[in-house]
Amino acid sequence: MSAEDKSGAPRAAEPPELADPQTAGPQIGVDEWVQRSGAKRDEGVGLRLLAGRVGVRVGWWPRLGLALVAGLLAGHFLFTNVNLQQTAFNCALYAILALGLNIAVGWAGMLDLGYIAFFGGGAYGYALLSSTALGTGGTGGLHLSFVVLVPIVLVAAGVIGLAIGLVALRLDGDYLAIVTLFVGSAFVIVVNTIDTGTLGGVNGLFGLDPIHAFGHQITTTAGYFRLALISCAVLAGILHLLDTSRTGRSWRALKDDPLAAGAMTIPVSKLRVMAFSFGSIVGAFGGCLFAAQQASVFPTDFTANVLILIYACLVLGGIGSIGGAILGGITVTAAQQILSSPADSAYLFYGLILLALVWKIRPWRYLAAVLAGIVAFGFAANAIVGAISPSAVAGHPGSSGWIGHLVSNWVIVPVNANWYGNVMYGAMIVAAVVVVQLHGIRRLIAIVPTVYIAACCWEAKLITDPTVTTQIMLGVILIVTMAARPQGLLGKRQVEIV
Amino acid sequence: LQELIQTIVSGLVTGCIYALIALGYTMVYGILKLLNFAHGDVYMIGAFLGYFVVQWFGGPTALSIPVALLIVVMMVVASVGCGALGTAIERFAYRPLRDAPRIAPLITALGISFVLENSILLIYGGFPRSYNTSDYISFSSGITIDGVRIDSVELMIFATTIVLCVGLLLLVQRTTFGKSMRAIASDREAAMMLGINVDRTIALTFLIGSVIAGIAGVLTGLQIAGINNTLGFLAGLKAFTAAVVGGIGSIPGAMIGGLLIGLAESFTLVYISTKFSDLIVFGILIATMLIRPTGILGKRALQKV
Repeated sequence: MSAEDKSGAPRAAEPPELADPQTAGPQIGVDEWVQRSGAKRDEGVGLRLLAGRVGVRVGWWPRLGLALVAGLLAGHFLFTNVNLQQTAFNCALYAILALGLNIAVGWAGMLDLGYIAFFGGGAYGYALLSSTALGTGGTGGLHLSFVVLVPIVLVAAGVIGLAIGLVALRLDGDYLAIVTLFVGSAFVIVVNTIDTGTLGGVNGLFGLDPIHAFGHQITTTAGYFRLALISCAVLAGILHLLDTSRTGRSWRALKDDPLAAGAMTIPVSKLRVMAFSFGSIVGAFGGCLFAAQQASVFPTDFTANVLILIYACLVLGGIGSIGGAILGGITVTAAQQILSSPADSAYLFYGLILLALVWKIRPWRYLAAVLAGIVAFGFAANAIVGAISPSAVAGHPGSSGWIGHLVSNWVIVPVNANWYGNVMYGAMIVAAVVVVQLHGIRRLIAIVPTVYIAACCWEAKLITDPTVTTQIMLGVILIVTMAARPQGLLGKRQVEIV
Repeated sequence: LQELIQTIVSGLVTGCIYALIALGYTMVYGILKLLNFAHGDVYMIGAFLGYFVVQWFGGPTALSIPVALLIVVMMVVASVGCGALGTAIERFAYRPLRDAPRIAPLITALGISFVLENSILLIYGGFPRSYNTSDYISFSSGITIDGVRIDSVELMIFATTIVLCVGLLLLVQRTTFGKSMRAIASDREAAMMLGINVDRTIALTFLIGSVIAGIAGVLTGLQIAGINNTLGFLAGLKAFTAAVVGGIGSIPGAMIGGLLIGLAESFTLVYISTKFSDLIVFGILIATMLIRPTGILGKRALQKV
């Protein structure tokens, strides 16, 4: 069994008695002062306390409504060009997808790696029902209205999810993961090879209708963003109700310990299939939005890369938390978008490094020493290498703008940077592992060359290949979050009580 | 009949590779109950290490050392590289999560697999690299019986697989290390109380699994036309299916499962369709799960509270 804890304090230092902030009054075996200070720490102090109190007073649905209105206003006034609108739409879409994935993974504790198939299935469902694909010779087809089409797709997804869930019932956690992984990769194979006349094969389906119902239709990216945002808010509301319902509690119980949950007469298998099926429905809805906005679907839109992207959203935000899934969806998608343009990605890279250093190194004297050390180390290394061989520092850093100008005398980038970049990439991984293993003052010293190596690698190699860099970033998000903060940004930490 | 036997031979060759990868999966699963998604990518890196060795010694057309020595060097390099990689992954990624909820190491494994795949993509690009085996090992070498041809690379795959499997079985059944491995698989805490060095045994298990995967990678590189960064994903998936079909946690089961999956795939390729071989493997997996979830040689584990 386990209890949940809202604070992010180190695991070992936490007596389980203090784990529940809701408990009022002293508990047996706990000093009253300890209790009070524990409660205070859980609530936070200063601004955080104020925000927490206001938050509690206001209740969840006005907050959700406020967030929605804020999003819509931001969409109206801030996102004025199409690129920003597209990014905003993607953020909302991935927030929806992360919410759906959270049902099976976060609440019911099943590693669902076939989620991508339902996302893709929803998209292909929309594509088939709203284009000429089911007609003959490029004409005809169904062209259904959105209010008819979406229920059809969602019911279909739910039924298929139910079927796969029933197969998965017989399987323990890991077997489920592998079966669903196969479902996910089977989806791509199926749409690539089977009935290429209708499904389009590798060429995909295109020329889909925009979303239309009751004589209206959505044609602008801004419109799709608003639709996605409203759907996301409504979905978050529904999921919140579900989470606090009897079903939601049962899911969490069976996630913690299926055996004990079963002993408490919770219908374990029924709830598992339900979670799987619900997740599939949300995924399929996301697929509908995706297909409608893009007006086309291709098999390559639904590969393992997208699955990892959705997982990164969920894991970074916090598994099992609605707010976390939304936050993760927004953060990861926005970061991905920033990384894809070389002009902006330098801000993200150096900004993140600075943020991590500021966050992790206390007191500020050490921080200042480390920062000064990094700068000095860079100029010294650049000067020494430049004195030995001028061509070794003659290359141009990948960053442009003032950052590129600033670092051009700091990092070492040779003229032919390819081989050098590969070596630096390997060195960066080794150095990062070493930093994680060291402690105290040694770690501080080791950080200096590590950051420098990372910067050299970034300028020489990573920035030149943004797509792959993004993929690596997603994988790193998964690994680092699991190692450093398994509850993610907003999730609740699990305290194991044996 | 000739075609039938030829199909069986090529199925067994593929199956041997799957069996070798499946060994790593099944050992790690048996001992840690962890589905190590990164294992398929360790195998892929093994194939790349072999490719470097060919390039290092002058490339396929101008080898500076004899072919037999080249193959030995390839295997040694791949073993050392993959062994180090696998042990490092265990030490730095999985070990800190040993007491975390079950889902945490699985997500880490997913992340590692993704990082490895994309690191190779970053460094070498996505286009396939070839060992160009035909330049230094003649295709006409090998044996021909009644029109059924087994070329020398295939013979080498059979021989290596048999040696490795027998060696592994002896290791697990006869040595102290094998004994402590089995003890940890059946109950880790009890094993720890009896003075077995659990961390070291688990690290050794990863080492052995990764070494075998590295050798399998070299053998694959010698056999197929080209390797690239996605080699590990599907092979890893199929090898895991093999481990499940044979009964996860069981070493002979992994071998049998690998051969079965290889045969099924090759029969589908020859007699049904080239498109559906992956789907057939998937079907076998589902069928196994439904009919006999413990696999061919697995034992049903009682859930302890």
